[in-house]
Amino acid sequence: MMDERLSENAEECLEAMYKITRNGKRVSTSALTEKLNVSPSSVTKMLKRLDEKGYVDYSPGKGTNLTRKGIRNARRITRKHRLLERFLHDFLKLRRDRIHDQACEMEHSLSDDAEMALCQVLGFPDRCPDDQQPIPPCDFEFSSCEECMERREKGIDEVNLRKSDTMSLADMKEGESGRVVFVRGDHKVMRRLLDMGITPGTTVRVLKIAPLGGPVEISVRGSSIALGRSIASNIFVDPDKSE
Amino acid sequence: MNQPARMKVFDDKEDFNRRKITIALAGNANVGKSVIFNHLTGSNQIIGNWPGKTVEIARGKLNFENYEIEIVDLPGIYSFSTYSLEEIVSREYILTEKPDVVINVVDASVLERNLFFTLQLKEMEVPLVVCLNQIDVARKKGIEVDDKKLQKLLGVPVVPTVAVRGEGLYSLIRSALKVVKEGPAKQKIIRYGDEVEERIEKLVSFIESKPIRLEYPLRWVAIKLLENDPEIRKLIPDSHKDIIEYSESLSRELEKIHGEPGFSIISSERYSVAGKIAGQVQKRASGEVNISERLDQIVMHRVFGYVISLLVIGGLLLWTFFIGNFFSGILSRLFEFFQPVDPQVSGTLIAILWNGAFGGIVAGITLVIPFVIPFYTLLTVIEDSGILTRIAFMMDSLMHKIGLHGKALIPLILGYGCNVPAIHATRILESRRERLLASLAITFAPCSARTIVLLGLVAVFAGIKWAIILYIIDFLVILGVGRIAFRALPGETPGLIMELHSFRVPSLWVVMRQTWIRTKSLIYLVFPIYIFGSSGVQALYALGILDPVGRLLSPLTVTWLGLPAITGILLIFGIVRKEYILLMLVAIYGMNLSQYLTQIQFVVLAFIGMLYLPCLSTITILAREFGWKSSAIISLTNLVTAIVLGGVFYRILSFIM
Repeated sequence: MMDERLSENAEECLEAMYKITRNGKRVSTSALTEKLNVSPSSVTKMLKRLDEKGYVDYSPGKGTNLTRKGIRNARRITRKHRLLERFLHDFLKLRRDRIHDQACEMEHSLSDDAEMALCQVLGFPDRCPDDQQPIPPCDFEFSSCEECMERREKGIDEVNLRKSDTMSLADMKEGESGRVVFVRGDHKVMRRLLDMGITPGTTVRVLKIAPLGGPVEISVRGSSIALGRSIASNIFVDPDKSE
Repeated sequence: MNQPARMKVFDDKEDFNRRKITIALAGNANVGKSVIFNHLTGSNQIIGNWPGKTVEIARGKLNFENYEIEIVDLPGIYSFSTYSLEEIVSREYILTEKPDVVINVVDASVLERNLFFTLQLKEMEVPLVVCLNQIDVARKKGIEVDDKKLQKLLGVPVVPTVAVRGEGLYSLIRSALKVVKEGPAKQKIIRYGDEVEERIEKLVSFIESKPIRLEYPLRWVAIKLLENDPEIRKLIPDSHKDIIEYSESLSRELEKIHGEPGFSIISSERYSVAGKIAGQVQKRASGEVNISERLDQIVMHRVFGYVISLLVIGGLLLWTFFIGNFFSGILSRLFEFFQPVDPQVSGTLIAILWNGAFGGIVAGITLVIPFVIPFYTLLTVIEDSGILTRIAFMMDSLMHKIGLHGKALIPLILGYGCNVPAIHATRILESRRERLLASLAITFAPCSARTIVLLGLVAVFAGIKWAIILYIIDFLVILGVGRIAFRALPGETPGLIMELHSFRVPSLWVVMRQTWIRTKSLIYLVFPIYIFGSSGVQALYALGILDPVGRLLSPLTVTWLGLPAITGILLIFGIVRKEYILLMLVAIYGMNLSQYLTQIQFVVLAFIGMLYLPCLSTITILAREFGWKSSAIISLTNLVTAIVLGGVFYRILSFIM
């Protein structure tokens, strides 16, 4: 759609890096070798190629990190993988230990249109079935799932891609802030969040993250609100660059 | 004076003679509505620094000058769009009962969010007075609000107040009466952004051109239609489907421009207007260190936060133990002076009935004064200061283990005082499923009465160590049973969305008032059950009706639980009042109980007494809140858990002791 097509192996490599760190931190080549289960030399070769294309920053001996472009692509492929897992699990009732490999095969050929339709049919899931990892948000310019659904009902095809970054509130650190771009969730939760002032475009700041998967306290429009971790992980912001 | 229908003509001089008026208090949760209500009416409202207490509409009377004013305290809500119970109740009340004036209580320290609601009230075109409350809290946060300017921008009277100290309430009522007498000033329309405003106006004139009459303000209906509000769409008759179609096409246009769905455009617009107004009237003094934020750093610290939570909850319970035990002893001796307090089961029937009734009163008093009042006093302090919401925040992930979120901790802690008000307080939770889960957990929480049994049996005859162990086991039982119930009841646990208000120094007035209100409602429910239940069950015993039942239960009590045969009867008595288990034992055996029961038996008996069935008062309130079926299921869950675990516990104890 917007980037040149990557080989399946390259996509697998990005996906593996994203699984190790969601935030573009450095990943050692050995960790990657282990995850991908291939020889270190072929991993190095792949990383060099991805570096040339601008997906990763590879510095020999120090490790590799995903670039912004790399994160986007890694996220998209991860999203397809986890959506497919949901589909295989929820619809086709495949056994839990079978879905991972099957999804790995299918993710590379799933088009963006099919991805959107799959998400709609599945009811906008937020977790994958096998290890409850979060499903990354889509890259279309929606501020809510409801909007996506409305487009579908009205048969509107053209959809822009999001220009901003998206990061879930649950992935942010204390003190970081960002502008709300997308909220995933059912109608009721959406409305309650809107009523609390968490509207698209609002700046929110993470004040406190309770340990052990506890809630996140944010500051929005001059007040503090505690959000359960599951709700916070479905609110996506365009993070402000650190001052 | 007998007006046939409610007439809504404000500019009429006749209204001068009208003496009866209605004022409704509306606003966000925890902004001080209940405090104002209490100040004005001296009536029963629960106040605290946690959101969402008023689910039913509270009404009270105030006589002011020549007016008989009915004050109506509406539930605290943030908008009229989600159709929670509270929102429907408020919307219906305001639109159909049409109070003479609505006082919108606004928290000056969180102005933007509060004005979001004010704007919605304005759209509904109700006669409005804004009460700018908590200006002292705002000042401490370094926020100065220009009330004159706010009044000008909103076009409605604005009265600054500090409700906890009663400041400004007199002029608030004066302003409200002025609105009633003179009629509201001409509605100043607060305009949205051009694109939205243009379409609102188009829709308004479109509806105007149609031959239909709506009961609601047109502009409000138009805005709600643009929001695709399902309830308002239902108001438009099928013969005027073109209105809906037109509003849909307008809202599609908006969606195209803004790239968000209709309902969120309007919310965003409303918030942006609220933000603009707030920005214009607020002055922020910079440089001041906010004490509340500093406290948050400690109370919500990833380590100290848990320590503090445990200390606060533990402290609350220990305080209740020690204070309660001390006063309870004094009071019992005092009553002993008049008449034996211990249950009598021989003599004439009249004497037994009288003894039971007297015992019931005494039990009530020796429970409420020494245990319940100190518990509620300290709890209210914790609540009013704002620490309780922080504890709920810290405990959210733990509560998720039993299918609840952090807010459910608040009623659960209440349950340690008395289950009855705690079950009532589960109303702050979102769904029936959550309320049931929370109530089940509450019935396992050892209330004051059970604490008495625990202290009287275990602490005295087996050592305080065992009392603490039982407390810990009980906590684990709550977790375990809660988890099983959560698995058994299908449904999703809604996530926590809770506003955290600034810390504040609890007001003595509020603390005393609320402790009294909670205690009072307890007295009304518990005393009659105590008095009649005690007489009744003692008479049954004296008439020999309970003996066969006790014998019938002996396979359970003697064989399975290893207790003396008399326990069957004790446990039947205990359903009426948990402390009866202890009192009857003393009545039958005398004070020197250790001659008749082994240490293990004391511990097992206390364990069973703690868990086996909710008391009659609790069963009653469960039935009132959820119906008899659910009440029976919860009670049976208690019973089965107690019997199964009791037997296992007995065998483990016999092995180790």
